[in-house]
Amino acid sequence: MNYKLIKKLRVAVSLIFLLSIIVLFLDLSFSLPENFAGYPVYLQFVPSLLKFISIGTVAAAGFFIVLLLTVLFGRIYCSTICPLGILQDVITYIRKQFKKLRYSYSKPFTKTRYSVLAAAVILLLSGSVIGLLLLDPYSNFGRIILNIIRPATIGLNNAVAFTSEHFNQYWFYPVEWKGVEPFAVLFSFSFLAVVIWLSIKYGRLYCNTVCPVGTLLGFISKYSIFRLTIEEENCKGCSACEKVCKSSCIDTKNKYIDFSRCVDCFNCFTVCPTSGIKFKFAYSSKKEKTQTADEDKRDFLKKTAVYFIGTSIIAKAQEKIEVYKESTKPVLRKYAVSPPGSSSLENFTDNCTACHLCVAACPTQVLQPSFLEYGLLGIMQPRMDYKKGFCNYDCTICGSVCPSGAILEQKIETKKLIQLGKAQFEKENCIVYSQGTDCGACAEHCPTKAVHMELDPEVNRKSPHINEETCIGCGACEYACPTFPYKSIWVKSNPEHLAAKKPEEEKLEQNVDLKEEFPF
Amino acid sequence: MKRRDFFRASLTTGLGASAYLAFGKSLNIIASSKTAQSDVYDMVAIKGGEPDAMFDQALKAMGGMKRFVKPNQTVVIKPNIGWDVTPERAGNTNPKLVKQIIKHCFDAGAKDVYVFDHTCDNWTRSYSNSGIEAAVKGAGGKIVSGNSESYYQNTAIPKGKRLTEAKIHELILDSDVFINVPILKNHGGAKLTIAMKNLMGVVWDRGYWHRNDLHQCIADFATFRKPDLNVIDAYNIMKRNGPRGVSVEDVVSMKSLILSTDIVAADVAASKLFGMDPAEVAYIPGAHQLGVGNMDLTKLKIDRIIL
Repeated sequence: MNYKLIKKLRVAVSLIFLLSIIVLFLDLSFSLPENFAGYPVYLQFVPSLLKFISIGTVAAAGFFIVLLLTVLFGRIYCSTICPLGILQDVITYIRKQFKKLRYSYSKPFTKTRYSVLAAAVILLLSGSVIGLLLLDPYSNFGRIILNIIRPATIGLNNAVAFTSEHFNQYWFYPVEWKGVEPFAVLFSFSFLAVVIWLSIKYGRLYCNTVCPVGTLLGFISKYSIFRLTIEEENCKGCSACEKVCKSSCIDTKNKYIDFSRCVDCFNCFTVCPTSGIKFKFAYSSKKEKTQTADEDKRDFLKKTAVYFIGTSIIAKAQEKIEVYKESTKPVLRKYAVSPPGSSSLENFTDNCTACHLCVAACPTQVLQPSFLEYGLLGIMQPRMDYKKGFCNYDCTICGSVCPSGAILEQKIETKKLIQLGKAQFEKENCIVYSQGTDCGACAEHCPTKAVHMELDPEVNRKSPHINEETCIGCGACEYACPTFPYKSIWVKSNPEHLAAKKPEEEKLEQNVDLKEEFPF
Repeated sequence: MKRRDFFRASLTTGLGASAYLAFGKSLNIIASSKTAQSDVYDMVAIKGGEPDAMFDQALKAMGGMKRFVKPNQTVVIKPNIGWDVTPERAGNTNPKLVKQIIKHCFDAGAKDVYVFDHTCDNWTRSYSNSGIEAAVKGAGGKIVSGNSESYYQNTAIPKGKRLTEAKIHELILDSDVFINVPILKNHGGAKLTIAMKNLMGVVWDRGYWHRNDLHQCIADFATFRKPDLNVIDAYNIMKRNGPRGVSVEDVVSMKSLILSTDIVAADVAASKLFGMDPAEVAYIPGAHQLGVGNMDLTKLKIDRIIL
C-alpha cells in the first residue's frame, strides 16, 4: 500500500473541507445554493451531535459517521474534516517555510483533557451548551471567519467596488456594512491568537488538551480497529517520524505511538525511509473484540451521563439585558428575539454553538452575534437585531444552514406563520402624534399587514394599528420606523414562538371596463 | 468621502474626464430645450393592451424615444423594485414594461442604460424575484445596486421647503436622461404611490422624509430633477394593503399605462384612474404649488387611446 499517497489524499480532502467552509462564510453575494452548507458542515461533530440529540433524525447523523471513522481508523476528523485542525496545519505549513519545526514525544495532559471534556459534558447535561460553544473547533473556526475575515473581505470588496464605480462599472457592488459585535470579534481574535501560538509552538496541543471533540475521539481511537503502529522489524529508530509529529505522540525510543493523540495527519508516512509505520488491524483475529470496544465506548458514555445527570444543575443566567435605554417612554426588550425555526428561546440557547453560519447566510443581516442578550451562557449566540435589518418574509435560509438543530429547517409556508414576537406600539414616540404629519413607514414594510394604518379621529390622521394575531414579529416595522433614538414600534419577543393567524383575504371585484373612457 | 474625492480628482485631472463630463452635461441642456415643441403631446394615456405593446403605441404618440434620448447619451431608468415579490403581486413595476423601455432607449442610440432602485426588502432578492434584473440584462441594460450608501452623494435641494438636501444616487446626478417608471399602488403612509413617490427610491435616507412631513418632502424632492419622461405602469394595480401587499388578492387588472413629461400631471391622472381625488394626496397639490408641474389637466395636450 502506498502510504505516501494516503497523505496526499488527506491533504486534498482537507483542503476541500477548509475551502468550502471558508467560501460558505464569505459568500458576500449570497450566490451559493441554499443546500450547499449541508455538505461541508454535515460532518462537523458538535453541531451534528446537538442536532441529533434535539431532533434525532438521520439527517443529523454526521457525527455518527465521524464516530464510525474513528472506530475504524482513529481521528480522521481532526486533520481532514475539522476546519480548525486544518487551519492549524496551514499555519504550521506556512511557518515551516521560514523555520524548521521539530517536534519530539511528550507526555499527554491526560487529566486536563478529560477534565475539560467532563466540564463540557456536565454543562451540556445540565442544559447549557456554553462549554461546547466556547470550545467546539468548528464553531470557533466559523466565528473567526465571520467576525474577523468576513469584515476584512467586505472592506476589500468595497474598495474594489468603489474603484470600479469610477470607471462606470457597477457589476461589482459594495456590500452594506452593518458593523460588528465587539465582543465576538475580541473573542474570535483572542482565540485565533492562542491557536496560532499553540500550533507554532506545540503543534496540535489545542486538539489534544483543550478540544472536547479531540479528547472524545481520542478516547475512542484508543480502541480503533486499525491503528498506526511502529513495525518493530522495519523501524531503524531514526526518529524522523517523531520529529514531524505535530501531536508529539510518537515515542521512537520505546517504539510506541499514543494513538489517542494521533490526528491521522500521516506526516510520519512521508518521512519514514523504511515503511516502519503502518495501519495495523488491532484485534488480530477475534471479531467480538471490536464489539467489546464498541460496548466500552457506550459504557463510558452511559456512565458519564448517569454520573453527571446527578450532579448539581447549573442555573442558567436568566438575566437579560435591555436593548433600549428608556427616555421618553421605556421600551424594554426583556428577551432577545430568536430566529424562525428555533421554536423557543430555550431550544435555541440549548442547541446553538454560535458558529455564526446563519449570520453569514442571512441575506438581510438581521441575524447578528449577540453579547449578553441571551444571558451569559448564551454569549455570542445569534439574535434578531432589528436595528440592522428585518427578517425577509420569503426566506428560510437560517434554518436550512444551521448544523446544530438550534434553528430547524422550515417550509416557507410554515415559516410565514411563525410568530417570533409581537409588534408593540409606542404612541408617544410616533411621528403621527409627535410631529402631526403622515408617516406609515412601519405599515409600509409589514408583509402581513398586521401593522396597518387606521384613521385616528382625534388627530384626523392615519396612525399605526397592530393586529397581534397576524403579526409574525419579523421586525420590518421596527427596522423601518424612522424615530430615534427610540423606536415607536418594536417587537416584543415570544420566549416560545407561537403560530400566527394567516392574514385574511377577501377577493377584490375585478369589474374593470377596459372600454370605458379615462376619468380625466 | 475623502477617498472618493481623491479618486474623483485624480480621475478628472488625469484623464481629462472633466471635459467629457462637461460635454455630456451641455448635451443634456440642448436635449431638454428641444423637447418644448408645441405639436407633441404632454401626456398619453392608453389602455386595453399588454404592457410592452401599449408602451410602443403610447411612445409613438408621444413622439418616439428620439424625443427624449439622443445618440450616445446615458440613460437612467428608475422603476419601483421595492419589494421581494413576484410580478403578479404588482408590488414592483412590470418587468415587460421595463424591458421595452430599455429596448427603445438603445434603438434611439443610448450609450448605456442603467436601472436601479433603493429597495425596501433585501435588494438582491427584490431585483431577481421582481423579474426586473432578468428583463434589464435581457435588453442589454445595466442593473445597479441602489442599496450601497457609497453610491449616494449629498446634494442640495435649493427649492425644497422641508427637504433642503439629500443623498442622491450618483446615476441620477450623472446620467443624461432620467426616465421614471413607477407602478400605481395604494400606499399606507402616502395614500398613493405614483411618480413623485417613486423618487423616494433615488435617495439614501428615507427616514428623514418620514420624520419631516412625508408629503412635503415628496413635493420638495420633485423640484430637484424632474424626470425627462414618466411612465406609469397601471397594468396591474394594488388596490389595498400597499405598498407591499399581502397577496394577489390585493391586485386589480387595469391594463393601463400613462406617459407624461409633467410629473405632477402624471400623478393627477393616475390618481383619477385609481379612483382617488388627487387633492387628497397632499404631495400632489404641494408639488403644484412649488411649480413642479400642473395639476390642471385641461392645460395639457393629452392623447387618450383605448385599444
